[in-house]
Amino acid sequence: MTKNPIMTNEEYKEYVKRFMPKTNEKRSLLNSFLVGGFICSIGQFIRYFFNLYLKLQGDSLAAATSVVLIFLGVLLTGLGVYDRIGKHAGGGSIVPITGFANSVASPAMEFVSEGYVYGMAAKMFVVAGPIIVFGVFSSALVGLIYYIFGL
Amino acid sequence: MTDIIFTYLKAFTVGGLICMIAQLLINYTKITAGKILVSFMLAGVVLQAFGVYEYLVDFAGSGATVPISGFGYLLANGAIKGAKEGLIEAITGGFTAASAGVTAAIIFSFIVALIFKPRSKIN
Amino acid sequence: MSRLIVFKNKPKIISTATVCGKKEGSGNLGNYVDEIVADEYFGEESFEFAERKMLQSTIKKVIEKAGYKEDDIGVYIGGDLLDQIISSSFAAREFAFPFLGVYTACSTMGESMLIGALLADGGYLKSALCATCSHFSTAERQYRFPLEQGTTRPAQSQWTVTGAGANLISLANEGISITSALIGKVVDYGVTDANNMGAAMAPAAADSIRDFFVVSGKTPDDYDLILTGDLGTLGSRILKDLVKKTGFNIDNNHVDCGELIYNIMEDEYQGGSGAGCSAVVFNSYVYQMMMAKKYRKILFVPTGALLSTLSTQQGESIPGIANVIELQI
Repeated sequence: MTKNPIMTNEEYKEYVKRFMPKTNEKRSLLNSFLVGGFICSIGQFIRYFFNLYLKLQGDSLAAATSVVLIFLGVLLTGLGVYDRIGKHAGGGSIVPITGFANSVASPAMEFVSEGYVYGMAAKMFVVAGPIIVFGVFSSALVGLIYYIFGL
Repeated sequence: MTDIIFTYLKAFTVGGLICMIAQLLINYTKITAGKILVSFMLAGVVLQAFGVYEYLVDFAGSGATVPISGFGYLLANGAIKGAKEGLIEAITGGFTAASAGVTAAIIFSFIVALIFKPRSKIN
Repeated sequence: MSRLIVFKNKPKIISTATVCGKKEGSGNLGNYVDEIVADEYFGEESFEFAERKMLQSTIKKVIEKAGYKEDDIGVYIGGDLLDQIISSSFAAREFAFPFLGVYTACSTMGESMLIGALLADGGYLKSALCATCSHFSTAERQYRFPLEQGTTRPAQSQWTVTGAGANLISLANEGISITSALIGKVVDYGVTDANNMGAAMAPAAADSIRDFFVVSGKTPDDYDLILTGDLGTLGSRILKDLVKKTGFNIDNNHVDCGELIYNIMEDEYQGGSGAGCSAVVFNSYVYQMMMAKKYRKILFVPTGALLSTLSTQQGESIPGIANVIELQI
């Protein structure tokens, strides 16, 4: 007796594709472009602001800008707004640094119900952890290569 | 004045395009959002390791630094700068450069988690 | 020996009760459910507590509506989607009757009713209470992403129903009879996309429906309604086509619980899912329609996707199951 009498798994994979709903791809691309561009423009505005009024420059200007953006991302997450944006913006709200902030804040809020140590703190980087891990690892590698070859 | 508008336009376009590439990957491949973020960040690291990403930063400003690839750029840049100072700095330089962002994310998230409760989505 | 289970004494469903969330209540079933809870926390500290409380209140209601007391309940059979079925077993802690915990994901209502009917039919127990539940937020937490994370849901995904449904099965003269049943096989056609449960479960439903018609000698036309669990719109379309390939046609009388529960299909994507989905739809709208003799004979086929987050991360495909229960009034 064949296990799957109607069709094979490979056939089923192709078969299901015929039924798949159409996502509005053009719309999602446009949304991600507009929202992503908008968030970057806000970043640019913050940059100008700090540069003009606080006379920040270089690394501290970049750091201050990202801190403000992260604050906005976290705040909008707490207010329950960021997931609404994300639903429509897709890549436009995931890729900017505010998306990183959202991916740290959302599990932190969520796992408070399991306690502050094993819940909130332990699960805070359940989504964003890989970025830190691969980021630190790869940057250390880059640093080492530069150090060894004295570039 | 036109300078400023042009700067915003560049930031908007480049940042928007980077996000749109991510959306293309979401739409047409099976790569999940988490993996896309890691790949974009790694792309920033690699591009800056070859000294390329900073040209994009010079051109687009926040359009290049705000997306997660800018985080990779920051890490690589820190490591490269560290390498000039010594072995330890070469290894820790990346994380040092990124420390402001990570610290901000931790502190703000901690506070927000104390104040707000998650809500169900309506749709 | 035939796989068909024919109940000799035709156990009856003597009462049902349903509780659901605000979103479900504003859908097609709003007028048929017993209670709509606007607060997703149900006044509790966590979503898990809320789910449990919702289940408890449904159990209390179904006992009350039958005019029974706690002592009259022979057994409570049920399950839910949370790990180690904590909603059901913790809800059972509050009551003085015996408990059988069962799990087949979203088809748990079907499995509960099947076992309940067997126990009642055999005369082993006076009555069996079947109750299952699910909650959008607990399921989302367990299977997907944190609630406040800004992610896009793919178009093929479904929406976990916040709701609980219960019914009471007993040997009685009045009520909807459970006449026969067929226990489903676990069927896996290699679907790995955890967002596409409809496609993963449709072959299991098709398999069970085909087997039922073959072993019982009946045809789709014998039924006013063939009600599948929670395949959603996409899964239903696949099911209808798959069943045709097996030589039967259910185009005219097939309806899916997941398709039925929400109004606006665009925002719920393919419709509802979860152990509460078929439980709420069957025990509210469908039950009342049967009592009003709008439907006289139906096939209830709840479907379940037997995946876990672990199996998905390890690259396993998603097995499905569907039990068939034949009811008539």
